[in-house]
Amino acid sequence: MKELVQKSQSGVYDLFSSVGDRMLSQIYFSGFTILLIFRAIVESRFAFRKWREIVKQMYVSGVKSMLVCSIVALFGGMILSLHTGVELKKWGQQDAVPILMINVMNKEMGSFLTAIILTAFSGAAMAAELGTMKVSEEIDALEMMSINPVRYLVMPRMISMMLMVPALSIYTVILGVFGGALVSYFQLGLTFQDYYHRVYESIWVKDMFVGLLKSLVFAVIISSISCANGLLAENGALGVGRATRVSVVSSYLMVLIIGYFITSLFYGGFM
Amino acid sequence: MIELRNVSKRFGSKIVIDDVSMTIENGETFVIIGQSGAGKTTILRHIAGFFDPDHGDVLIDGVKMNGAGRRTKTKLREKMGFLFQSGALINWLNVWDNVALPLVEHRIGTAAGIKKIVDEKLALLQLSDAADKMPSDISGGMKKRVGLARAIVRNPEIILYDEPTSGLDPVMSARIDDMIRRMQGELGVTSVVVTHDMGSAYRIADRIAMLYQGVIIECGTPDEIRESTNPYVQQFVEGSLSGPIEA
Repeated sequence: MKELVQKSQSGVYDLFSSVGDRMLSQIYFSGFTILLIFRAIVESRFAFRKWREIVKQMYVSGVKSMLVCSIVALFGGMILSLHTGVELKKWGQQDAVPILMINVMNKEMGSFLTAIILTAFSGAAMAAELGTMKVSEEIDALEMMSINPVRYLVMPRMISMMLMVPALSIYTVILGVFGGALVSYFQLGLTFQDYYHRVYESIWVKDMFVGLLKSLVFAVIISSISCANGLLAENGALGVGRATRVSVVSSYLMVLIIGYFITSLFYGGFM
Repeated sequence: MIELRNVSKRFGSKIVIDDVSMTIENGETFVIIGQSGAGKTTILRHIAGFFDPDHGDVLIDGVKMNGAGRRTKTKLREKMGFLFQSGALINWLNVWDNVALPLVEHRIGTAAGIKKIVDEKLALLQLSDAADKMPSDISGGMKKRVGLARAIVRNPEIILYDEPTSGLDPVMSARIDDMIRRMQGELGVTSVVVTHDMGSAYRIADRIAMLYQGVIIECGTPDEIRESTNPYVQQFVEGSLSGPIEA
């Protein structure tokens, strides 16, 4: 009996200890990431010196992901307009499809789809690249040479993402709306002229601003979480794999959560 | 001068270094030997400022490294070069750019000046032919030499070597040892070398310290270590299976 009590006591102790450890490591990671954002902002005064690296990162994260962005945006727009169009057509309201498309793409889907693609495409690559550098002592080597890793590695990646995510978001909106136009023309009986006329009438500066603001915030979220995970990687290849996985999952979650709060801030919500 | 005063460090429940004190004089080549996991690299990392001790102090020329701010650490690290076990070369830069990195990043000298220094260091380590190669295209020994060229490119006063000859063939090991001796002889560099290659330790050391389970159990000249009566030291330097050290 005494043994059983001791065993259960030690089980409870282990449970609390592991929960406590996880909480502490989460708090440490959050603090590290927030600090990393501030340090990257401070280091951005050296952005002109690092323009080559920024351009290279823009190419890696932006240009190389354009094909994926194009396919996702086009088919995303087509799926969205097909679903809504088929339902609205039952009520003779298919004319509303262009309005719906530009609103949804501008306010939400443009920045969201781009963020999702770049998280998988660039965020994962950033975490893996920096993680590999960490476990192979390259980050330590930089520090030993008195080269600030935030200036050398994080700041160029963050700035390139801040330039490329909004640019790709605009591109995604345009292609998504075009996808909607194709479905509206071939399946809903709308002309291209009517479609674009309605789209043009429904473009609001506020929506565009909110969309771009979101994409800018998403860029900071993806790059900071990915870089932080990479810089904190340990335990060899296993640690790099873990850092990559955690960075993708955390970025997705934060994009969703912060995305909601930005929408709520500008369009009203329960929080 | 490098001083460790009663330095202790534990990771979780494991005590890695226990109350270690040592003084390394300017221009000296000090070798730390011991089994894998004995805490040798941890000492090196304390000197480089990557770790802060739980107890005790690490002083470089009288300035405390532990607990120092980023600016002080940067200043102290400017005096040092570090040869990492794997070379730790930046994988997207070629050999020349890797060696030039500290000079380029700190804008030390003109482009022509940087080229002259880098070419000189590459020639010193017989790497001139490999200047355009990427780290993925060169052997482990070459990576170490590139790492060494990068460590000495700013003419540091102190060089820290983490297993400089591990994984190298005997000729290459002898070449690296020769480089370490020449650094001391020609430039008066202070060297701290972590190794378990006893041949290399005898060739390069002014003094050797043996670390066992986080404690320095013997420290002396190569001859004193060779003739030590301490059974742990005897077993380690002879590479014997029988003795108090469990394999």
